[in-house]
Amino acid sequence: MSIIGKVWKYGDGINTDVIFPGKYTYTLRDPAEIAAHALEDLDPAFVSQARAGDIIVAGRNWGNGSSREQAVTGLKYKGIAAVVARSFARIYFRNGINQGLLLLTCPEVVDAAQTGDVIEIDLTAGLVRLNRQDYSFPPLSPTTFGILEAGGLVAYVRHKLGLPDSGPIGSSE
Amino acid sequence: MGKTFAEKALARAAGLPEVVAGQVVDSRPDVVLSHDNTAAIAQIFYSIGLKKVAIPEKLAITLDHAVPAPTAQHARNHAEVRVFVQEQGVRHFFEVGRGICHQVLSEEAIVLPGQLILGADSHTTHYGWMGAFGAGIGRTETAALWATGELWLRVPESLKIMVTGELGRGVTAKDLCLHIIGQLGADGGLYMSIEFSGPAIERMSLSNRMVIPNMMAEFGAKNAYLSPDEATFAYISERWVRRVKAENPRPAAAMQAFSREAEEVIRSQALYPDPDALYFGEHTFDASSIELTVACPHSVDAARPLAQVKGIHIHQAFIGTCTNGRLEDLQAAAEIVKGKKVASGTRLLVIPASAEIYAEAIREGYVQTLLAAGAVLGVPGCGPCMGNHMGILAPGEVCLSSANRNFKGRMGQPEAEIYLASPAVVAASAITGCITDPREL
Repeated sequence: MSIIGKVWKYGDGINTDVIFPGKYTYTLRDPAEIAAHALEDLDPAFVSQARAGDIIVAGRNWGNGSSREQAVTGLKYKGIAAVVARSFARIYFRNGINQGLLLLTCPEVVDAAQTGDVIEIDLTAGLVRLNRQDYSFPPLSPTTFGILEAGGLVAYVRHKLGLPDSGPIGSSE
Repeated sequence: MGKTFAEKALARAAGLPEVVAGQVVDSRPDVVLSHDNTAAIAQIFYSIGLKKVAIPEKLAITLDHAVPAPTAQHARNHAEVRVFVQEQGVRHFFEVGRGICHQVLSEEAIVLPGQLILGADSHTTHYGWMGAFGAGIGRTETAALWATGELWLRVPESLKIMVTGELGRGVTAKDLCLHIIGQLGADGGLYMSIEFSGPAIERMSLSNRMVIPNMMAEFGAKNAYLSPDEATFAYISERWVRRVKAENPRPAAAMQAFSREAEEVIRSQALYPDPDALYFGEHTFDASSIELTVACPHSVDAARPLAQVKGIHIHQAFIGTCTNGRLEDLQAAAEIVKGKKVASGTRLLVIPASAEIYAEAIREGYVQTLLAAGAVLGVPGCGPCMGNHMGILAPGEVCLSSANRNFKGRMGQPEAEIYLASPAVVAASAITGCITDPREL
């Protein structure tokens, strides 16, 4: 399985307050509305210019701070294919996997990639490709791979409880 | 090989004889916490295709993040939470004004030493103050927990932080934490269980101890741990008995017997790491060398000795939150502002972390002292900490806060700046209008 996408590059310590501001956390629930504020305090160009299939490449501790899941929801709704970082904050990592957003740790590619580059992620081979150079990343654990493969934790739990798959999480309130 | 606290606590929660760091286990938490985000979690829960929560007796829900409702939208959110609580028979529900989740669950002894609490709130690390395993989780996985009662957790590696000596005059656990995070970075404890020990920790009041695991969320930690001692057992057992009595009145004789047993039961469940446990690393800090410390915009690890930022003008001073809104914090503030006035051009906002603290602060006269100095008192809850209401900043404004987080936009406005410090520093700075060492006031 392979993903090819255009890079949005960010630095170290990007926290959930700039990925999705706290002032919206108890009022916005529709994924489209959440996505409209993605990264607004960090990079105002992102919302208007990011396209489905794009890939975020970031430094250390991406997603630190609040447990708010909307910091994943907005990116997922925009169709961001993956976030490749030097490291992830732990709750962000869990939220990402649980919502079916691919999160990879690959410091070498973070050093090499710039905004606008095109990278290829080969999940089967465990490689990220940039400018004909291959960078390997550690394999996902069976649990995280199982959740990603199911399309997220909700689908995974439905399967575990023997419930029918009733499609993605509804966006209406 | 000996076991760390995390290995012992997660083995117990997973029903396994033993586990090792790195292992992924299916844990069954004793308590599952959520707050104003409960309605959004319920939406995910119902989308799974289920009608009834599997573990309503383990759910604890507080309304605290935006209370009382600042807008009609927030009010509708609260109303949905109340319907959910009613329909699901949620055991522990705390209404608007009772206080901040972590303070209230501690006051009500809903979590006990050695137990596992998972919360849809990043500061669930808080419960380490009593030797419980507390970790923050996301909304979707909280919904999955409601559905099945269990959740995958990776057993974390452990980092040992030994604090020797004694904190200097006016130096608090907040200064210690800001110093540690400043030294080791906001990801210095990423994914790890942080075990604190040493004479400086043992000497601290419980109120001061509570700051430490709370702040470890800003260190990237999964959880943090302080050894429960006699003071911990006395606090928890008294409150546990009080709650059980209120929930389930029994004859006086039965209640007396329960009171006698309570402390023993709690003590017997406490967990302590083995001396030969395996640690990822170890750091030692000398408490006597820690200075008053301030975190500068826009990250908690941008920490500097107060001496380096003294004199910076502040528009708002905020004392409150799950980190530093307790009675001892209000007392420290009241002692500093007594007989003085908040500087012109600065406002002092004080929000007790719980209704219980508020009532005690009135009894002790702290509230009157604060009001006389010109402070504004708010309803117990999170207040402006994450930018919902009750003290949002304007563009260009500077706030000195006793909270745990100073990210850009955190208090509702990306063009504002937030500094973090202990309540005493915040109170002294409110009087002068600029960042001030309370010992020099």
